[in-house]
Amino acid sequence: MDRLKEEMRDTSRGMTPIVKTIVRFVIGIIVIFGAYIVLYGHVTPGGGFAGGVILASAYVLLTLAFGKEMGLSKMSNTGASILDNSGALAFVIIGLLGFTGGYFFLNFLPKGTPFRLFSAGMIPLANVAIGVKVTASVFAIFMALSIFGRFIYQASEGEEPESEE
Amino acid sequence: MEIILLLLMVFMIIGSIIAIETKNLLSSVISVGVVGFSLSIIFLMLGAPDIAITQVVVEILILVVLIRATITTDNTSIEGARDTFPFVSSLIFFGLFLMFAYFAVRELPKFGEPLMRVSGEYLRTGTEKTGATNIVTSVLLDFRAYDTLGEATVLFTSIVGAFVILRRRGRKGKTEIDQEKFGILEDEDIKQNFEGF
Repeated sequence: MDRLKEEMRDTSRGMTPIVKTIVRFVIGIIVIFGAYIVLYGHVTPGGGFAGGVILASAYVLLTLAFGKEMGLSKMSNTGASILDNSGALAFVIIGLLGFTGGYFFLNFLPKGTPFRLFSAGMIPLANVAIGVKVTASVFAIFMALSIFGRFIYQASEGEEPESEE
Repeated sequence: MEIILLLLMVFMIIGSIIAIETKNLLSSVISVGVVGFSLSIIFLMLGAPDIAITQVVVEILILVVLIRATITTDNTSIEGARDTFPFVSSLIFFGLFLMFAYFAVRELPKFGEPLMRVSGEYLRTGTEKTGATNIVTSVLLDFRAYDTLGEATVLFTSIVGAFVILRRRGRKGKTEIDQEKFGILEDEDIKQNFEGF
């Protein structure tokens, strides 16, 4: 949070200090809410996709308020693709582990008591995998559209675009 | 309750007509947002909080992305008269669609009286078979996990496509000058660019 405090006084990039202050207070709550939606997807409404989009929107909010350096420092381009790939891979591996009991996507873990966090076997794990994947991919799409999209660059500051790598 | 649903749907139709007809890109984007939020209210009223949450969140994110994409472009309004051929052909196809939809919709079960052949089974045995109390999640990740795998694949492919199309440069060195031409290639261009083939 110290990083955010420093960035808040810097008025050269991002939005006004009012927006930055409010984002500083709100961002933690959004992340907690997104994690809750992902983790409790098998008990209450929600799930991997909705929670992942909420988590990605926290990153988007940070990027909009503090500028693209802040967003890229939290989740870089490469980081986003690694997270995206590992989430997809984890989901497929969870499906393949079902072969230990018989068939693809078998719920191989013990069911547990309903209404508890640790219940429903592999469903929470699959939710987490999808949540990670969706977070990374939605944020990557936002970055692709708004930061290294060429139509954005033309009208904004007019600086020379740096290479992606 | 059905009256409120009908009002919301009329609101959605008006919003989408405005989104198509308005000249300003920003108001068009906001009208699309109206459609999405009304849809999420309808989902909430019909007792589908899972889809309502997803709809609201995705709608907000899409609005933010689209607004950011539109306000920074110079060309925010569309000028020029409308061509008659697309308009007339779309009218004809709309009429055809209405004709087929009339016969198709008559065969559907009535509103509020679903068939419940497969879904009734899920509702009865879902919690005891999977241990998940949220039936939607148990269908998505247990009974129909193949569908979710396909959905994840679609998302993955779309991201790869977005990255490939939207990146500013290909994987060439910085000093190399990009000499690619767009549109119809002339003979010399083909000779220059595709010599190795």
